[in-house]
Amino acid sequence: MPTIVVEVMPKPELLDPAGKATAGAIAKQGASAFSAVRIGKRFELTVEGEITDAVLAEAQKLAEEFLSNQVIEDVVAVKVG
Amino acid sequence: MATRIGVVTFPGSLDDRDAQRAVRLAGGEAVALWHGDHDLQGVDAIVLPGGFSYGDYLRCGAIAAHSPIMAEVIDAANAGMPVLGICNGFQILVESQLLPGGLIRNDHGDFVCRDQRLRVENASTAWTSAFSVGDEITIPLKNGEGGYIATDDTLDRLEGEGLVAFRYLDVNPNGSLRDIAGLTNERGNVVGLMPHPEHATEAGFGPDTADAMRSGVDGLKFFSSVIEQTLARV
Repeated sequence: MPTIVVEVMPKPELLDPAGKATAGAIAKQGASAFSAVRIGKRFELTVEGEITDAVLAEAQKLAEEFLSNQVIEDVVAVKVG
Repeated sequence: MATRIGVVTFPGSLDDRDAQRAVRLAGGEAVALWHGDHDLQGVDAIVLPGGFSYGDYLRCGAIAAHSPIMAEVIDAANAGMPVLGICNGFQILVESQLLPGGLIRNDHGDFVCRDQRLRVENASTAWTSAFSVGDEITIPLKNGEGGYIATDDTLDRLEGEGLVAFRYLDVNPNGSLRDIAGLTNERGNVVGLMPHPEHATEAGFGPDTADAMRSGVDGLKFFSSVIEQTLARV
């Protein structure tokens, strides 16, 4: 089935406590190459039929208005999966 | 006739019964409203209670903000009906864009549950008129995602227009910017806050005070405010 992938990340200027805690745990395992972690979300939207420009535009709108909250998050990708 | 205050139950609401009880203790009539209905049953005011609607999936309050009854709640709020959002209800108000900004995970990463001191910053709203500006009150707070954030421009506007309704005192329990615990809209009919006034409405079950254990009833004035104003209007 055709799929549209939407990726949402917390805004870079905001604290991401989950990412910070994960980075701390990584450091404790001795993996010193990684200095920070940020955790976002990936949505996979299954499309009935063909992915047209109109469907992509609808996904973009949905991503900006419902799948993300623009006050705290950014949509970083809306792409054919 | 008693003021009729509706309390909306969403899937995952926890404090809807407590809110109903608080309404009755303040002298109002509590009306149970259901998320899946398009019917406000002629109530005079609405409470969106605390809890974890839809398991906090997507974002806290995001799915509830799109539930059927919210269409009527948003219309009523825009027409001036008093609406109080407590904790998850505050998150629903923010996700419905009835109040600005957003609520994110507590900066320290932990769930917090404590009796929280607050300062009343705006006593002209539908839900705070029984207070005076500067009153210091104690009501329970319990949240994992209660960090209030907004852009600097929005924060400056909120401060400038007196729309910060409550501020945290002593400690900032969740990293909220400018110690903001609760907000009102410009009209003063919509108020949202993270702490739980409905849990401080009956002696024996509230926060400790200097007088006696669990005797704090500072939350009662939220409900008596709206009841007094509704009766005054009739």
